[in-house]
Amino acid sequence: MTKIAIFDYGAGNLYSLKCALERNGTKVSIIKTLEKTKKFDGLILPGVGNFDPAIRSMEPFRKNFSSIIEKKIPVLGICLGMEMLFNSSEEGKLEGLKILDGVVSMLPKRKVKIPHMGWNNLDIIKKDSKILKGIRNESWVYFVHSYHIIPVNREIIVAKSKYGKDIPVVIEKDNIFGTQFHPEKSGTHGEKIIKNFLNICDDQK
Amino acid sequence: MTLSKRIIPCLDVDNGRVVKGINFKGVKDAGDPVEFAKKYTIQGADELVFLDITASQQRREIIKNVVRNVAKVINIPFTVGGGIKKLEDARDILLNGADKVSINTSAVQNPELITELMSIFGRQCIVVAIDVKKNYEYFDTKKKNILREYGDNNAKKYWFEVRIFGGKEGTGIDAIEWAKKVEQLGAGEILLTSIDADGTEEGYDLRLNNIICKVVSIPVIASGGCGKAMHMLEVFKKTNVDAALAASIFHYEKYTINKVKKYLRKNNIHVRI
Repeated sequence: MTKIAIFDYGAGNLYSLKCALERNGTKVSIIKTLEKTKKFDGLILPGVGNFDPAIRSMEPFRKNFSSIIEKKIPVLGICLGMEMLFNSSEEGKLEGLKILDGVVSMLPKRKVKIPHMGWNNLDIIKKDSKILKGIRNESWVYFVHSYHIIPVNREIIVAKSKYGKDIPVVIEKDNIFGTQFHPEKSGTHGEKIIKNFLNICDDQK
Repeated sequence: MTLSKRIIPCLDVDNGRVVKGINFKGVKDAGDPVEFAKKYTIQGADELVFLDITASQQRREIIKNVVRNVAKVINIPFTVGGGIKKLEDARDILLNGADKVSINTSAVQNPELITELMSIFGRQCIVVAIDVKKNYEYFDTKKKNILREYGDNNAKKYWFEVRIFGGKEGTGIDAIEWAKKVEQLGAGEILLTSIDADGTEEGYDLRLNNIICKVVSIPVIASGGCGKAMHMLEVFKKTNVDAALAASIFHYEKYTINKVKKYLRKNNIHVRI
C-alpha cells in the first residue's frame, strides 16, 4: 500500500485531498512535522492557505525538506504548495523553500478577473511527462489561484494554460512535481494525475 | 482556450435530505445529497452549491455529516451556504471538505465577517450571496445613498435593494454599492440572486447581472429565473457573468447538465464537456 503524507500548514480543507487519495487505496497521514520521513513514500504540499503562514509552518523543517528532495522521495506541490518551492512570492515577505529557482508573481490584474477561478485547459508541452501520463492535450482542470510561478529554468515546465497570458501550470524536475490547479477537484483528469503521482511513489519504493 | 463558463446546480438541504419545492408552496423530500452530488458530477456539473435550510438545534452536526459524505465521493468543487453566522460555522464546513462557504444575511449584519473569513481561509473560499429585489418606492437619493435608478421609458423607476433573511426583509442597501463593498472586504465571488426573477422560469435578470459585473472584478454567479437552457445562453451572451446557477431545470430532469452544455457549446459558449 502506498503511504502518502500531506503536510498541514494548519489552514483549511485537507479532507477532500485526503479522500481523493484514499479512493485509490492509499494510506494517508496528515503531518505537521517532517522529522520522520521514513514513514511515507511520497509527500504532498497542499494548496490551501497563504504564503507566509505556510512557509512559517515549514520553517523548522527546511533541512528535513532538503533531505527529502535529496533522497528523491516524490514530492507534489499543489497550487500554493508548488509556489512555496520557489525563492519568493509577491503574496508574502518570507523566503520560499528555494528548491527551485524562480519567483511567484500576481496574475495580470488589469486583464483578467482575480482569482483565476474555474475550469481551464491544459496546453501540454512535454509529451513525455510522468505526472501527465495518459492526459490528453486540452484536458480540463480546476483552478483557484491569484499568483503564478516564473521558473528560471523553463525546461521544468511541462504544461501551461492561458489566463490573460500563458502561465506555467505543471512542472516536473526529477521527483519534484507541481500543479497550479487542484487535481483533487479536477474530475476524472485530476484523478488520473493523482494516480500517476501514486504510481511514481510506488516505483520509487 | 481560456476559462470556461460554469454551470452550477443548486440543492436545498433540510435535515440532511435534499428537498424540492413544489410551486413554492410546499417542499417534498427528494433524496440523499450524496446521490444527487454523484449524479450531477457524472452529468458534468462544474461545481455544486448546497443550501442548508435546516431549522433544528442539531443543524451543525447534520450539515457537517452531509459535507463529509459528499466530499468523500465527488471530485469537483462544492459550496455550502445557509445559516453560517460566525467563524466557527464556516470552519466546521470548510474543514469537513467543502471548498467554499456562502454567506448572506450574516455578511450584511456583520460585514467584518467577510474579512475575518478571508484572512483565515483565503479569498477563494468566501462566496457572498446577495439577494436582490427591485424597489419601486421613492427614495431621496441624497439621504439614502441610492445611487442609481432604473426603468424603461415611462415605466416606473426602481433601484436594486439587498434583502436578507431569505428575501423577507429589506435593508435599504443598494446592491451595487454592496457588491463593491463585499469585494473590498475580501469576497472571492458573488452569488447574485434576483428575487424578482426567481421562480418565474422566465430568465435571469440581465440588467442586474450586467450592472454588478461592471462594478466588481471578482467572478459573479447568476441566479434566479432559469427555466430553460436558452436562459443560460442569454445570460452568458448578454452579460459578463462567469457562472449560471439553476435548480429546478435539473431537478425535474427537464434537462441534464450535459445536454445544456452541448446546447451552449453549439452556440459558441466556452463550456467544459
